[in-house]
Amino acid sequence: MSWNYVKDISNCGLFGVISKKKRLINGEIARRAIANMHDRGNGLGGGFAAYGIYPDYKDFYAFHIMYDSLKAIDETEEFLRDNLEVVHEEDIPTRETDKIKWSPYLKRYFVLPANNPKERELELLRGMDDDYIVRVVMIINDRIEGAYVFSSGKNMGAFKGVGFPEDLAEFYRLDEYDGYIWIAHNRFPTNTPGWWGGAHPFTLLDWAIVHNGEISSYGINRRYLEMFGYKLTLHTDTEVVAYLMDLIVRKHGLPFEIAAKIFAPPFWKDIDEMDEDEREAYTALRAVYGSAVLNGPFAILFAFHNGLMGLNDRVKLRPLVVGEKDDLVYMSSEEAGIREVEPDLDRVYAPPAGEPVLVFTEEEKD
Amino acid sequence: MLFYEEKDARETLKLRSLKKGEYHQDYPLYTVVRDNDKCIRCLACVRQCSYEATFYDPVRNVIYNKDEACVGCLRCVAICPTDAITVKRNDTKYRENENWREETIKAIKKQADFGAARLTGLGNDKGYKIYFDHMVLDASQVTNPSIDPLREPMELRTFLGRKPDSVKVEFRNGKLHLKEKIPPQLKLEVPVIFAPMSYGSINFNFQAALAIAAREAGTYFNTGEGGLHQKLREFGSNAIVQVASGRFGVDIDYLEAAAAVEIKIGQGAKPGIGGHLPGEKVTADISRTRMIPEGSDAISPAPHHDIYSIEDLRLLIYAIKEATRYTKPVSVKIAAVHNVAAIASGIARAGADIIVIDGFRGGTGAAPTIIRDHVGIPIELAIAQVDQRLRDEGIRNWVSLIAAGGIRSSADIVKIIALGADAVYIGTAAMVAVGCTLCQQCHRGICAWGITTNRPDLAKRINVDIAAEQLYNLLRGWAIEIREMLGLMGVNSIESLRGNRLKLRGVGLTQEELDVLGIKHAGLQ
Repeated sequence: MSWNYVKDISNCGLFGVISKKKRLINGEIARRAIANMHDRGNGLGGGFAAYGIYPDYKDFYAFHIMYDSLKAIDETEEFLRDNLEVVHEEDIPTRETDKIKWSPYLKRYFVLPANNPKERELELLRGMDDDYIVRVVMIINDRIEGAYVFSSGKNMGAFKGVGFPEDLAEFYRLDEYDGYIWIAHNRFPTNTPGWWGGAHPFTLLDWAIVHNGEISSYGINRRYLEMFGYKLTLHTDTEVVAYLMDLIVRKHGLPFEIAAKIFAPPFWKDIDEMDEDEREAYTALRAVYGSAVLNGPFAILFAFHNGLMGLNDRVKLRPLVVGEKDDLVYMSSEEAGIREVEPDLDRVYAPPAGEPVLVFTEEEKD
Repeated sequence: MLFYEEKDARETLKLRSLKKGEYHQDYPLYTVVRDNDKCIRCLACVRQCSYEATFYDPVRNVIYNKDEACVGCLRCVAICPTDAITVKRNDTKYRENENWREETIKAIKKQADFGAARLTGLGNDKGYKIYFDHMVLDASQVTNPSIDPLREPMELRTFLGRKPDSVKVEFRNGKLHLKEKIPPQLKLEVPVIFAPMSYGSINFNFQAALAIAAREAGTYFNTGEGGLHQKLREFGSNAIVQVASGRFGVDIDYLEAAAAVEIKIGQGAKPGIGGHLPGEKVTADISRTRMIPEGSDAISPAPHHDIYSIEDLRLLIYAIKEATRYTKPVSVKIAAVHNVAAIASGIARAGADIIVIDGFRGGTGAAPTIIRDHVGIPIELAIAQVDQRLRDEGIRNWVSLIAAGGIRSSADIVKIIALGADAVYIGTAAMVAVGCTLCQQCHRGICAWGITTNRPDLAKRINVDIAAEQLYNLLRGWAIEIREMLGLMGVNSIESLRGNRLKLRGVGLTQEELDVLGIKHAGLQ
């Protein structure tokens, strides 16, 4: 039943960095920065996402899947063979560490939609690759017990689990990856079942989200998404952000700036002050997308293949700091996280409530 | 009037005792007790009692009561300058019987005397479970901060009308620009609308007060099916006008004067039956407003005689939209019945922009008691089911939902919005705000509080300005409370509450009830 779920609550630390010139940044940077905000987590969740890490397979969707059992692997891989073209598969490389004592089976697959999928609902999505892949992710996460796709974008990947993020970076050997965007997360859940899939970032296609806060509007955000066919499987409020972004930006074709205005809309008192044309636009936006407002305290970092967006709730109930150095833009819960990896910044500022900080890579700005 | 006749009141008493013998009369429900030391014989109570339950004997200088006429409206208590009057429940009772309760016995006796269907006013007063009283709200603690409405904006503005799936907007010179207008919407500053109460069932003064308060509070009043008085046309932009089965007062000017048009199919207090305003109540003014001859009965048939199916409803919806050139939302009001979810889905697909669901506790100016008390379902369950059904079908945004029938407080409003309503109608609560004490005599047209009466001497008891202020105050007070409740839940706009059932938990409900409401039991995370 769609209302019968437990919402996960957590408070956290965030870090993100983007190179506008797409210069590659080593995973060690993200690890050090988030490690410097160690106390914002409690060891029950951490994770990273990096962009530009799979140049050899950049035209393929990179599936990162975690499995609880060998049975789940068999079932999933049969589904993948039936419905996807898998060009390469392997275990996700990990390193033994003292701190991460247990992990699920972790595998990755580089895939494209199959020409003749077995699944009827996928057949209908042929030719619409992104919709096809989203549906595949939904099917696996919803139907196959013990299997969870935690990354599905092109030339990017998420790495996450239960533990402190610096230990997970060690475990996932992130010092061996170089990317032009990194986001990282240190989690302080208050009621977690300690599930690896519940860690941040959350991803869908090449979108990845890390989030600090609690989305008090979760109950309606979730029901709104369900109306559009999204299956929410993760029992966490952050998941809705990823899917809302998918709906608004990818499906409805609205730019990120407008998505930010939907998530954290201007107050009516400010809208009432606008000129008529703009007032009409914001009024329509709020009237139509009321159920997509993210209400409650949050700071979000949202990464995609050509950019990074930071956003606070509209009364700024969670910290978010931005630092700039040359073509690098850092976003972090604390300035300390940024200073750890870049002591000499050109500019540091805290973005105002509800105002998105949107940074695109230079050659691909759209 | 009986009270001022110079004849000896003993004659009246004698007549009364004779009359009593004719029927197996009942004992009175109420007894009026007057403290003789306090009473100054000002006779205010005698003048104020429109039910003729009290009269004065000038020879003896005594005020007598006719307790069987007393309806317990407490008008005399409120008006007495020396607080000399107490109205008590009669201590006399039938022998205790769990099966044959007092009201059942009284009903039979009355019908044996008069051989007719019993009539009543207001809403279902039976002891069905009140689901509002079995739901509690969530509050923020530590992990998410509550928001202080005294320090931060707390937004209640609500738009009612059809919403597209997405909006076509773009940035032009750094400013947001709407590329395609969205369908017409009603804008509410507080998600409460005054429920349909027709001119005729209520008097002009009360309807005028509703209109003024609606305008002041940034919301709407609903004309009901009795037309819109010429003097209230200036409040048209705050009026929802009804087109009901009697089509009273409907012409193009009426439609054009309004902010929205509502097709009334059913009423929660009397689902499936029509209405009847007796000819003696159709005064010159009411006849003009309803567009019927003075003194003629105003009969609303049970169904619209041009709507015998959902496709007929579609024709009327679009006839109204064509007539008003698609500038106004069209609402359809139905009573909450077993199949309400499927019916609502049909109405949404028939083109309605707003659906009003009227629960079985909704009030009425007059309805057969047996129907009022036994037909329909609670609004809480109906809204929960309708909202979920429309979501399952992916069409929730096609319509806005108004919950009516049984809203008593700001907490009820918060709970029903969390279940899925966009806004509520209040009728009974609005009447209580201007004096109503729920004596359930609306159908008699002699309301001592001057609300459901058109007798000029009674109607003038509603002072338009004072009543408007009381109605406005009620909305203001509720808005403050709703803001507080939003803030403690950690959200700062009402759209984050709407349909957010995670904010609710059931207390003392069965699993089946929880499933119907779509909420979890208290204690569960």
